[in-house]
Amino acid sequence: MSLYGVRVLLAALMLTGVAAALAAGGADGAAASRVPRPQLTVDRGTQCVEPPERMRLIHPDLLRHQRDRTVRDGERGAKASLNACVQCHAGKPGSPAPGTVAGHPQAFCESCHAYAAVRLDCFECHQARVGAAGGAR
Amino acid sequence: MSPRESAAGEDRGVSRRAVLAFGGAALAGTLLAPGIRLIEIAGAQVARPAGEPASGKVRWGMLIDTTRCVPDCDKCVQACNTENGLSGGRAPTDPQWIRKIEIRLERTGRTVYAPVMCQHCAQPPCVDVCPTGASFKRADGIVLVDRHTCIGCRYCMMACPYKARSFVHEPLHDQKADVPRGKGCVESCTMCVHRIDKGLTPACVQACPEGVFVFGDLNDPGSAIARRVREIASSQIRPDLALDTAVRYHGI
Repeated sequence: MSLYGVRVLLAALMLTGVAAALAAGGADGAAASRVPRPQLTVDRGTQCVEPPERMRLIHPDLLRHQRDRTVRDGERGAKASLNACVQCHAGKPGSPAPGTVAGHPQAFCESCHAYAAVRLDCFECHQARVGAAGGAR
Repeated sequence: MSPRESAAGEDRGVSRRAVLAFGGAALAGTLLAPGIRLIEIAGAQVARPAGEPASGKVRWGMLIDTTRCVPDCDKCVQACNTENGLSGGRAPTDPQWIRKIEIRLERTGRTVYAPVMCQHCAQPPCVDVCPTGASFKRADGIVLVDRHTCIGCRYCMMACPYKARSFVHEPLHDQKADVPRGKGCVESCTMCVHRIDKGLTPACVQACPEGVFVFGDLNDPGSAIARRVREIASSQIRPDLALDTAVRYHGI
C-alpha cells in the first residue's frame, strides 16, 4: 500500500472513532462525565494520618518529603509511609481489586489517578499489594 | 600511666562495655519476637526508634573469613536473591548484588572462595561520579542508590572497581515491599539496610552456615567485628585505591 493509501485509511479510522465517541457521549447525556467518577470505599474504620480532604490534596507532598528522609537519612517508622498507605487502602477480599491499590481501574490509587489523568509512578518500583511474598522477576 | 596499665585500663573498659552490650542483648532477646537467635542480636543492634535518622557515629561493616568459605555453597547468594527479590539469573543483564568468586593462585595452586558485594567504601567512586546525586553514602557508611533521583546513566557502574552494581533493564513485577526496585535504575547491595534498621543482620550474614561473616559496627571498639579485625589479619580488596572499604577479608 502506498503512503497515501495508509494516510487515507488512518483518517477514515480516526473519523469512525470520533463518531463513535460522540454517539456514546450523546447517549450518556450532558451531565455524566466522560470518565466515570472514582468510587472510593475505605471501610477500615480508622483515621488516616490527616483528614481525608487534606489527604486528597497533600498526599504527594507528604510522601515525597518522607521518602527523602527515609532513603537518605534512614528514618523509619514515620507517619507518612507508602507501605502504610497500601496496608490500609488495598481492596478488601471480594472488592474489584482485592489486596492492591493499583493495577486495576477500580483500585484505590489507580481509580483517582486515572480520573485526574495523573500518572501513577510509585508502583513501578514499590509493591502495591499487601503481604506480597513473591520475588521480582 | 605505663603502657601496661593503660592496656589493662582498656581491657576493663572493653569488658564493661561488653557486659553492657550483653545486658542490652539479653534485654533485646526478651523484647524481640521469638525465633531470633542470640547470635543475630550479638551481630546487630536493636532497631532504631521511629523517626531517628541513621547515626554518623556508626559505621556498618563486614569481615569475611575466606578460610571458612567452602566450594559448593551459595547460600549467601540465594539468601540475598530471596531477601531482595532478585531473579538469580546468570544472564549478563540479570542483577547480581553478591557473587561468590574463586581465587586461585597459579604459583601455589591455593584456592580461596569469597563472597564479593558492594564494599561500602568510605570514599565511594560511584558517589563521586553520579551526576544527579542519586548515589550517596548514608551517615552510617552504607552506600545506596536513591532510585527517585537515579536517571540510569550507569556512570557509577563504570566507576565501581568491584563491579558491584547492576542495572535493571526490564520492567519488574512483584517487588518486595521493603526493597523497591524498578526499570531504568542502577542498584547494588544495600547491606540489607531495611533489616539493619530493624536491628537484624544482613540476609547473607544470617544465611551463612559456615560463619564466614562477622557483621557489626566498625566504630564501636567493643563490637564483635571491631574485636575481630583487631585480632586477626584482614585486608581490603584493592587497598591501593584508598577507598577504605567497610567490607574486609581475612585469608586472601
